[in-house]
Amino acid sequence: MNLLTLSWKYLSFRPLATGLNVILLAFGLAIITVLLLVQHQFEQKMIRDAAGIDLVVGAKGSPLQLILSSVYHIDFPTGNIKIEEAQRISRSRLVKQVIPLAMGDNVQGLRILGTNHDYLDLYGVKFAAGKAWEKPFEVTLGAESAQILGLKLGDTFSGSHGISVGSHDHDQHAFHVTGILEPSGKVVDRLVLTSIESVWFTHDEAGEAEPDTMIEGDEVSIAKEEESLAEGIDPHLLPVAAQGFPVSDAEREVTTLLIRYRNPMAAIQLPRMINSGTSMQAASPAFEMSRLFELLGVGISLLQGLALALVVIAGLSIFIALYNSLKERKYDLAILRTLGASRAQLVTLVFLEGISLTILGAIFGIAFGHGFLALIVEFASQEVVSLVDPWIFLPEEGLIFGYALVVGIIASLIPAWSAYQTSIAKQLTKT
Amino acid sequence: MLLQSTSLGFAYPGQPSLFFPDFSLSEGEAVLLLGKSGSGKTTFLNLLAGLLKPRQGQVILDGTVLSSLQGHRLDLFRGQHIGIVFQKPHLIAALTVKQNLELAQFLSKKKGGSFADLLQGLGIANKASAAVGTLSEGEAQRVSIARALINTPKLILADEPTSSLDDEHARLVISLLKGEAAKIGAALVIVTHDQRVKSEVSMVLELKSA
Repeated sequence: MNLLTLSWKYLSFRPLATGLNVILLAFGLAIITVLLLVQHQFEQKMIRDAAGIDLVVGAKGSPLQLILSSVYHIDFPTGNIKIEEAQRISRSRLVKQVIPLAMGDNVQGLRILGTNHDYLDLYGVKFAAGKAWEKPFEVTLGAESAQILGLKLGDTFSGSHGISVGSHDHDQHAFHVTGILEPSGKVVDRLVLTSIESVWFTHDEAGEAEPDTMIEGDEVSIAKEEESLAEGIDPHLLPVAAQGFPVSDAEREVTTLLIRYRNPMAAIQLPRMINSGTSMQAASPAFEMSRLFELLGVGISLLQGLALALVVIAGLSIFIALYNSLKERKYDLAILRTLGASRAQLVTLVFLEGISLTILGAIFGIAFGHGFLALIVEFASQEVVSLVDPWIFLPEEGLIFGYALVVGIIASLIPAWSAYQTSIAKQLTKT
Repeated sequence: MLLQSTSLGFAYPGQPSLFFPDFSLSEGEAVLLLGKSGSGKTTFLNLLAGLLKPRQGQVILDGTVLSSLQGHRLDLFRGQHIGIVFQKPHLIAALTVKQNLELAQFLSKKKGGSFADLLQGLGIANKASAAVGTLSEGEAQRVSIARALINTPKLILADEPTSSLDDEHARLVISLLKGEAAKIGAALVIVTHDQRVKSEVSMVLELKSA
């Protein structure tokens, strides 16, 4: 027997009151846990996925949409840009590296991204099996994509037109899996990577693309391709570009460019040059993401306020519960004093009860928070939500125990003082 | 002498002073303090237990003047050397019988008392694991006696231990208290207005109303 056991016995003797107080506090702390997890993981993921990308160039439109679609692959692209214009930018003395991206298709909602091998280096990927694409229609699957699609090396599949599910299939050309990546925790995990040529050739198929969705220049390239075939060279068997832009005589398009600056001056000059001197737009991932976090911050602050209000209400409820239970137990306290308990021990007992309640609330709160997030991730249809791992435990969650401790101490202060003041003789004379 | 009470006097604020007769007890001796309501019986008992500080006089238990002890030293001394039985058992309802006795041992920091033997002696050995709420009134009173005895105190104080009991149980409780006090060599002071127990104790002190 010790004071902790005694405090626990007192708490478990009133299971309903104890349970309700713990749950009330747990709800408040669960919201804080969810906010911590979501905010931290989004920020980390956003920073990680944008590392090494100084500027994104694409068709004019919303700069945030351009970043979300090109860096994080969670929004629709703003449109396509002419390859000549893109190549002109890549030749600028302000540019160190350009990675072109071509989008337009998906497989079961996973994006098929046409790019070159620099994109793999950008994210420092490692291969779990196979190798990168070398010819048109060869693909490398991100780890999650491979798992979701249930594909392995050598398997084939058809893509669907558009960025999201529900469009018609491109069944003229099957993609062939030549590589599968190791999980990296980055955006590549959920992509199907291939060459830009694959994206072009998919849409070149006669009768495949609807007139309003065909990439500009398709008609010319179809003619060109037919010409090559007439010469006995199948362009589908030619090696694709591993670096830079693919070579094409036709008027081709890409969707966006991921750019790395050559020097700090580029950060000032290049975006201005593109935005004012071309039909394209340039957007900085760092700037757009800080703007996004600022916008989300309002909602997060509201939720934090709600959570805080719940925690304060829970603290008040614990105070009332402790105070009332102490009023009922005044005689118990007097008995404890006659058995040898000091005033300090009674104070400790009250604090232990208050703190035990709040620590329990913190444990349940953290568990509820993770469980709730797991449910959201399991059932949410938005791709962006699936980026969150509900079972990551952050060091910041230790702070929740800190909050709980503070609430427990504050809620116990007055009851503890009341216990300290208990007059044994007066109490024992009352009955 | 194990217990000596000399020239004890006490006054509640705004009320006339109470004066208590001197008496002393050796090991195993018992005294019955009789008196009507308002005669200061419980006040006298609180003074003997060190729960109230006398305005005059002193209580000496086994050579220690109670009023010389302060704060936690007094609490600890009380827990280790004085066992108190109340009119109602007032056990800790959240604990079992055994845990109530363990709590008394823990708070007094006294180890070694065997509660199994004690409960056996009081005829409630089978109730060790019982929740306090399931005990009959008689069983609960015996557990409260066990709690007062678990630390083998030098002084046992019983405040109206029989007032709510029928004749048979009243006699049984007094007999138990006397028997256990004699067994462990403690002085026993029973405070009561219950005339039924007058014949059970040889030494009787009657308190007059103030």
